[in-house]
Amino acid sequence: MSGWMDHLTIAPIIVPLLAGAVMMLIDERQRTLKAAIGMASALALLGLAILALTVADSGVGVVRVYRLGNWPANFGIVLVLDRFAALMLVLTGILGVAALTFSLPRWQKAGAHFHPLFQFQLMGLNGAFLTGDLFNLFVFFEIMLAASYGLALHGSGLARVRAGLHYVAINLSASLLFLIGVSMIYGVSGTLNMADLAGRVASLASEDRGLLEAGAAILGLAFLIKAGMWPLGFWLPNTYSTLGSASAAIVSILSKVGIYAVLRLWLLVFGEGAGASSGFGGTVLLIGGLLTIGFGCIAVLATQNMARLAGATVLVSSGTLLAAIGAGQMAVTGGVLFYLTSSVMAVAGFFLLIELVERGRGVGADVLAVTREAFGEGDDEDADDGAGGGGAGVPIPATMAILGIGFMSSALLLAGLPPLSGFLAKFAILSPLLAAGPEVPVTTWILLAALVLSGLATVVAMTRVGIDAFWASPAAEVPRVRVAEIAPVLLLLALNLALTIQAGPAMRYMEDTARALHAPQDYNGAVLSGIPTAGPTAGGAR
Amino acid sequence: MELILSLGIGVLTGSGVWLLLRPRTFQVIVGLSLLSYAVNLFIFSTGGLRTGAAPILEGGRAGTLAMHADPVPQALVLTAIVIGFATTALFLVLLLAARGLTGTDHVDGKESGR
Repeated sequence: MSGWMDHLTIAPIIVPLLAGAVMMLIDERQRTLKAAIGMASALALLGLAILALTVADSGVGVVRVYRLGNWPANFGIVLVLDRFAALMLVLTGILGVAALTFSLPRWQKAGAHFHPLFQFQLMGLNGAFLTGDLFNLFVFFEIMLAASYGLALHGSGLARVRAGLHYVAINLSASLLFLIGVSMIYGVSGTLNMADLAGRVASLASEDRGLLEAGAAILGLAFLIKAGMWPLGFWLPNTYSTLGSASAAIVSILSKVGIYAVLRLWLLVFGEGAGASSGFGGTVLLIGGLLTIGFGCIAVLATQNMARLAGATVLVSSGTLLAAIGAGQMAVTGGVLFYLTSSVMAVAGFFLLIELVERGRGVGADVLAVTREAFGEGDDEDADDGAGGGGAGVPIPATMAILGIGFMSSALLLAGLPPLSGFLAKFAILSPLLAAGPEVPVTTWILLAALVLSGLATVVAMTRVGIDAFWASPAAEVPRVRVAEIAPVLLLLALNLALTIQAGPAMRYMEDTARALHAPQDYNGAVLSGIPTAGPTAGGAR
Repeated sequence: MELILSLGIGVLTGSGVWLLLRPRTFQVIVGLSLLSYAVNLFIFSTGGLRTGAAPILEGGRAGTLAMHADPVPQALVLTAIVIGFATTALFLVLLLAARGLTGTDHVDGKESGR
């Protein structure tokens, strides 16, 4: 270990930890200083994540392993940086910067300790993506969740506390399931390291195999609760809709952490090298994903509240991802990763947008609008050519026009309609499924129908809500939006646009990632290198 | 030994799940605590159970690895206890906040209609 670049792998955990810890020592009234530290840390994280991405993408099968204390992987703790982890780090970095920028004008003032909690949230997320063993995954999950409890309750209020109570209770139970799963896997295989575990699955005795699979299934339950798979996801729309928007934008990636864990562990442990356990649970993921899409569509259609609508679209995207993962084909996984990237940014942008749109429709907005009209304020913006209503209708103010364009783009992204990346992502999932062979299985047709119908449901719901918010509420006050609040939304949309235009290079990266995930020899080899192969110490200490 | 431990874990889990599904927040938190005890015992048991064994070395004999208890589950259980304790404390605060804001200790924040 020498040189700064070697420590790149651990830096995304250390930076927010230090920033958060320093902030704890600073007086709560020094908000500007805290915001500056937080912003510096978030920007540094984004920079580090992009650096990690370029490093991970610099050659075939580059996997950087960071051994804490330089112990061999089966005894010590390892952090692993590969393409998949780097991709998730970049997404976290982007969301971190966007949500923090959004929170600066108003949201940080809604309660105490917003900035440290935010940093710890980033730390937990980065750690969960980087860790190479199951128990540290648990620890980072808990850090992430503990911070998210704080962020979920940020701003307090009756609805938030009520939903937060359910959120915490469910996640505590899920953590207990996580522990049971991890300890069962350890009891059977004698290892907690993911790569080591992957190597041992194939050679397990057949009487132990059932126990291992049961442990993995219980562990999977914990992840699927996070991801919001159908019978386990009823808490999700309710909780997400009560979150403050800056919190929601960053917490919305938590459901994708569940997806990340499923994808990583499932392909690693139950991939093609797993012998008799190969592909264990794939059908459950496929069917569960389809049911989640179905439930998500019903939830999308049934709601008229924008925040709940956003929560329901999280369910739809989780379902799409799980069903596509359950298909278990390498070509599909590339599409899954593309969809993941696109939907993380789209959902976060939508959560941020909601608050801005709803701000103009708050209690007493009508009264304010009347007084404003009487005093003739706020009319000067109307001259802008925001929308083509110049003739007989009321011109739409520039703010509303920007918000409307943002809303429309979000709708296109979330529904997966053509020009933007949501469509490309769905296409990238479906096209290899249909091209897989001459005989297309029934499940593929069901998945196709589910994806198309979920898009339709999202379009219907978003159109209805959009008409209500932008066209049919003439009395609504034009929301007062700061540049720092609309900028992150536009940033996220612009990134999605960039993803659409640069779909070729992005898809190439995703396909490389998918190939590495489906053939984890590089990953396993890099993690397990330097382990003494024989001798009494190398065996599982049972 | 195995039987006693399994029965203990089973009773704790059963009571914990029952309490977790009750409508009062205090019952939920006690249920979660019982469940976490059960899980901690379960983790502990994955290291293998022995009775009457020396902690590390027996007097007058050269130690071998086979005589040691597996340290990993003990480390895991310690971490799980610490994390469980912290999250339970957090839940307790939330429970009190919910009681103060809603005026009831029902988990939904309002009494179910009878």
